[in-house]
Amino acid sequence: MSAPSLRVSVWRGAGTGQHGAGEYQAFDVPVQESQTVLDLVAWIQQNADPTLAYRYACRVGMCGSCAMTVNGVPRWTCRTHIDKVAQDGAVTIGPLRNLPVIKDLVADMDPFFDKWIEAGGAFAPTRTRADAVEPIDPATPARRAVDAAIECINCGVCYAACDVVSANPDYLGPAALNRAWSLVNDVKDGALDARLTAVSGPGGCHNCHSQQGCVAHCPNDLNPTAAIAGLKRATVRAALRGKL
Amino acid sequence: MRTHRNHALWYAFALHRASGLLLALFLPAHFWVLSYALNDAAALDGFLRWTDYTAVKVAEFGLVFLLAVHLFGGLRLMALEWLPWSPRQKTYAAGAVAGAGFLAVSFFLGAIR
Amino acid sequence: MLGVRLYMLQRITALVMAPLVIGHIAVMIYAVQGGLSAAEILGRTQGSALWALFYGTFAIAVALHAAIGVRVIVHETLGPGRGALAVLTASLFVVLGAMGLYAVHAVTA
Repeated sequence: MSAPSLRVSVWRGAGTGQHGAGEYQAFDVPVQESQTVLDLVAWIQQNADPTLAYRYACRVGMCGSCAMTVNGVPRWTCRTHIDKVAQDGAVTIGPLRNLPVIKDLVADMDPFFDKWIEAGGAFAPTRTRADAVEPIDPATPARRAVDAAIECINCGVCYAACDVVSANPDYLGPAALNRAWSLVNDVKDGALDARLTAVSGPGGCHNCHSQQGCVAHCPNDLNPTAAIAGLKRATVRAALRGKL
Repeated sequence: MRTHRNHALWYAFALHRASGLLLALFLPAHFWVLSYALNDAAALDGFLRWTDYTAVKVAEFGLVFLLAVHLFGGLRLMALEWLPWSPRQKTYAAGAVAGAGFLAVSFFLGAIR
Repeated sequence: MLGVRLYMLQRITALVMAPLVIGHIAVMIYAVQGGLSAAEILGRTQGSALWALFYGTFAIAVALHAAIGVRVIVHETLGPGRGALAVLTASLFVVLGAMGLYAVHAVTA
């Protein structure tokens, strides 16, 4: 009597664009107790095909490195129990959408981080180590807005889930704009006008259609749509004041 | 259907985009027919006679629904962007469809009288 | 793709049109009862400065709003360059605006 197994289809290939050249390859993976999708991928690479390329690090749902497309949905594979996704004993696993593919399940995160910088993601200090530490009251609305946005670990799931990212190559994306919003609300930061200009270009916050795929799929329960709405308000106010 | 799109607020977006596009395509025809009022009211009346057919009344019901759902959906978006964030996004989206349905049915009941 | 100015124009025309759309739907629900006829409609609208103002504002606002909305859809589905998009948006605005204002004139003259 054979142990139960799952039919796991895994993307194999390399290239640019949506997926580039490649195809899905099927493996029969033995089912184990408390198995996650990352466990499936690891089993395949360790027991069936050592040439399978994939990315992971903490495997406990903290780092976001294992983000992949599972049955069409971007998720952290280490936090996805196979019971949640297996349909008729089958699972399909591919690299994150909206990013170039380096190989198999490994997406190239460079465009994601390039846009993070382009959106004004870098903090612009206004004090030096010689100055006193600036006191920040945690109860202020601005600091609460930062709190709501600050837990982003740049896993790329929101970027993969967003259809505006797919449709508009310039679009900075939910994570980059969420980061920009956290700095817009940081009173220690000195680059407000430049950052608002950075998020008002052809790829800026005004392209968001509030589909809220980012909200639906963020593993940290963040709300980039609300952050982007904040950027829309801030940029309009700045434009009305002639700052943009 | 891509599974990452299978959530209520994506459908709300799709409905808003589809309704806007269909209304934008309808507008030139609407303006063109109305322009007959200036020099050829009889021709305008001829067009309006089409509205006696039930099929046309159903189409008009559809147009009223599209306009109302686009309006209410748009108000939902403006509230999302300019008022403090509400966790009831799906409720508002459902309310937009319900409100539009109500108006469209009211129109249809008036049209078939 | 929208910058802040087109975004603002889109939102402002939307707010301007919100009461106009409610009014238009209310008028339609009222007017459709008992059937539509040119005489009935024109009997009320011709010579009316109020209807001209109401629908004239509506026509200009919708021409802007629709042009910008279609611009976004075309950009995201067909992906033309910025120049072609600007020409498209301007053309849509001019055509819809002209047709709309002419229709308003036809009905209220």
